[in-house]
Amino acid sequence: MTATTERAVGSDVRRLEGPDKVRGRAPYAYEHELGAQAVFVALVQSTVARGRITAIDSAAATAVPGVLAVLTHEDAPRLGDVVEELRVLQGPQVQYVGEPVAAVVAETSEVARDAAARVQVTYESGAPDVVLTADRTDLYAPEQLMAGFETDSVIGDVDTALAAAPVSVDVTYTTPVQHNNPIEMHATVARWDGDVLRMWDANQGPHNLVPVITEAFGITADQLHITSPHVGGAFGSKAFTHVHQLIAGMAAKVTGRTVKVELTRQQMFTLVGHRTPTIQRLRLGAQPDGTLTAISHEVVEHTSQNAEFAEQTATATRLMYAAPARRTTHRLARLDVPPPTIMRAPGETPGMYALESAVDELAVELGIDPVELRLRNEPARDPERDVPWSTRNLVACLTEGAQRFGWAGRDPRPGVREDGRWLVGTGVAAATYPTRRRPSEARIQAVPGQPYVVSIDASDIGTGARTALTQIAADALRVPLDQVDLRIADSRLPKASGAGGSTGITSWGPAILAAADELRDREVPPGGLTVTGSSGPGEEAEQLSSHAFGAHFAEVRVDRDSGEVRVPRMTGVFAAGRIINPVTARSQFLGGMTMGLSMALHEQTVLDAGRGHFANHDLAEYHVAAHADVGAMDIHWLDEVDEAHNPLGAKGIGEIGIVGAAAAIGNAYWHATGRRVRDLPITPDRYFG
Amino acid sequence: MREFRYEKATDPAGAVALLAGEPEGAYLGGGTNLVDLMRLGVATPDVLVDVRTLTSTEVEDLPDGGLRIGAAVPNADLAAERRVRERYPLLAQALLAGASGQLRNRATTGGNLLQRTRCTYFTDTTMPCNKRAPGSGCGAVTGLHRNLAVLGATDEGPESAHTCIATHPSDLAVALRALDAQVRVLGAGGERSVPMAELHRLPGDDPSRDTTLAHGELITAIDVPALPWATRSRYRKVRDRASYAFALVSVAAAMDLDGGCVRDVRIALGGMAHAPWRATVAEDALRGGPATEEAFAAAAEAELAAARPLADNAFKVPMATNMITRTLLQISTEARS
Repeated sequence: MTATTERAVGSDVRRLEGPDKVRGRAPYAYEHELGAQAVFVALVQSTVARGRITAIDSAAATAVPGVLAVLTHEDAPRLGDVVEELRVLQGPQVQYVGEPVAAVVAETSEVARDAAARVQVTYESGAPDVVLTADRTDLYAPEQLMAGFETDSVIGDVDTALAAAPVSVDVTYTTPVQHNNPIEMHATVARWDGDVLRMWDANQGPHNLVPVITEAFGITADQLHITSPHVGGAFGSKAFTHVHQLIAGMAAKVTGRTVKVELTRQQMFTLVGHRTPTIQRLRLGAQPDGTLTAISHEVVEHTSQNAEFAEQTATATRLMYAAPARRTTHRLARLDVPPPTIMRAPGETPGMYALESAVDELAVELGIDPVELRLRNEPARDPERDVPWSTRNLVACLTEGAQRFGWAGRDPRPGVREDGRWLVGTGVAAATYPTRRRPSEARIQAVPGQPYVVSIDASDIGTGARTALTQIAADALRVPLDQVDLRIADSRLPKASGAGGSTGITSWGPAILAAADELRDREVPPGGLTVTGSSGPGEEAEQLSSHAFGAHFAEVRVDRDSGEVRVPRMTGVFAAGRIINPVTARSQFLGGMTMGLSMALHEQTVLDAGRGHFANHDLAEYHVAAHADVGAMDIHWLDEVDEAHNPLGAKGIGEIGIVGAAAAIGNAYWHATGRRVRDLPITPDRYFG
Repeated sequence: MREFRYEKATDPAGAVALLAGEPEGAYLGGGTNLVDLMRLGVATPDVLVDVRTLTSTEVEDLPDGGLRIGAAVPNADLAAERRVRERYPLLAQALLAGASGQLRNRATTGGNLLQRTRCTYFTDTTMPCNKRAPGSGCGAVTGLHRNLAVLGATDEGPESAHTCIATHPSDLAVALRALDAQVRVLGAGGERSVPMAELHRLPGDDPSRDTTLAHGELITAIDVPALPWATRSRYRKVRDRASYAFALVSVAAAMDLDGGCVRDVRIALGGMAHAPWRATVAEDALRGGPATEEAFAAAAEAELAAARPLADNAFKVPMATNMITRTLLQISTEARS
């Protein structure tokens, strides 16, 4: 085998599977053709938000030619001890509009859908409770937040410091329910081969699903085989097990057939989670020179009756800026809504929108440039954990971004710049996202004269992870890219963490490095050699505070007659550790910034308070940014290598692009119009409010 | 989705004859709206009669200088048609403001006029909706109605069988309403011509009916009469994103100026009502008066005096007022330069 000294890491490599994807040769879960025997599932969903099923009449559905089975809570297979939100078709209780109450299995998807419409369900129901307010009397403090964060953090006497502050702001921001809308709808193909459950599934990591699915069906990990070679976007909505995967397994068991389940776009608004709405009160106190003396960030958000999802909304506030007195709190209301879930940078995305908007408002109160105000409050160490940063380059992101964007000399006055009928403004916001790694294992098989087979149950949900891992493996093995045969996304491969929390590269990459280390300087016998390596969080997690940082700058134009908002240009500068593949990395930053723009201007799921359903549950009415909404995107990153955190020096880039982007746009909107919109999204009607 | 038959006729009369005997049948044009509604279970025809290739795909000159547009002309082709762009800029602009490139390639002129409302209570079969399920009430008046009607709606409360605050989603129809187009319709009893003013109806006491067409009547062509001063016309659409969204408010306007005076004017509004809304109050106020921003604004306010908004769509009143004023101002400014 030829050794190479040319480094693949850091060079532009086009997606290895790109040609297959554009030619339609890369099968996604639903597209696995398994012969003519596949049958199809259609779901019957609850029309009430809380209540009990008093009767189900499936006779008319069963009578439709081609129908094989109708599963209801009365006769569906019993599931093992799974969490409440996954106990689908296990009882008469209904906890949200859209909850599956029956599943029809038929020879074609059309017949299944037709029959599903014929199932008659009678409910005993009560009025839904779906409206989140900050003055609800039933708000409670969860034991802890997502990802293990403490619910509250308090340092110093915040109220006294706020009262004493010469300059302060006290402002409340709200963000609406938002929904992940990956292009690929969630889909599962399931078949029982004897007592082995085989699934082709769209997810963010087959191993993520193994504990729940084995428990649900009373099988061992050896009796479950999940693959998901290509996934068409996820953003968090495919991280966990959802009910459709269990229904697929049940339907396959009952019918003895290969079963295909694909959610409709409308069903994705109830069955695979959403981002909780938030109500966030921000209070900041400062000296006249801009030195922060107090930070208070109080969050109210919702979760469902059947699950506790406590989004870590204010956790970024714990580390962004120095201040002696500081407090963050999170309170939840349990509402008659479907379970919330992860949506790109859960916590940081809504939380940094509020914090970075409040910092802008404080800058206005102080008469200090908002870039300068941030620079003046840069903490030398993590201000709450009191540990050093592994690397922190927020200052460089802000200064570099300001230069690229042309921030210098900005007139701070709002509502004074006109270009024809457009009101023009600019805004800035900071970004951050935690750097973590999770336990992962990798295996390398070496056979003389053949490419190395590198196996790890990693996932490529459209990010380019397959390509980046191949680059990492090639360098570790000192071979060209075509001498690496990477195998991922299969529950029978070495266990790895899921694609989430921007942890893929920092978790999987070091595991591959560790395996390659095992091979180094070893003679590969003619029969080949197999080595393994593993990686996981180490001392750095306790001893250092590790985060990516960034800065967003936006120009906003608002039509003075219609209130329409345009963002002709944005600049994003990021310090996110070693960049493995610039071409796919740029797409991650670009996608994140675009999703942040979409959050600022468009995305909002409306809960009907009387009926309890998400009323705008399709892509015609739930707007995401269209191409015409996205202007010039200037994307840049700093040379940063964080080897104190992990041997690759990488930080993870899937999420930081969205964090803070909405605040930069909201701040620019204020600068353009003089109007501070504190409730997202900034749709044209806000101009007339 | 209900099982259905698919039929093709050899000519328009044959299609009309086929559907006359199918009380639950429907014509299939481009299918860009009907097929979606079938997938949702909102439309449940038992037979589809494909008319996409039956009616004309041509745009012909009329003796008076107007145009006859075949019902099967794709939206994209009509928008690109030179005579349309020259004689009726607002028509081409309206078409290009609608849908996406792919949909405009597929959607037909006739079908565009017969789009159903995008009200989310209409498109969700589990919800009350007097348009989809007469007598079931209206979910929108107490629910999501941010983009629903503020003019000419019926609101007798959520339980009433009459209540409907739906809007008509077509952009093309708004421009054709401003141009006083005539819709040529073929029915079992022969051909007739329906003025755009009479094609779409307000909900009144029967929200289930969008138009005055009888079952089985087929749109074969649209006649757009000559209007020489329509060369100075505009279609301005305000929407929630820069493309690919239905109108919050749209304005189709043309104006004939005599020095600083308004000799004649046409104004129609989209996104405001169950039908394309002709702003006759504003037109009457402007005709013969000065072409000034103040006069435009006063006329717009007079038109919107009839608005009866709900909590979440009240913004449409100032937005429409601004956009009428602005659109007329742009036309008059261009005319002077």
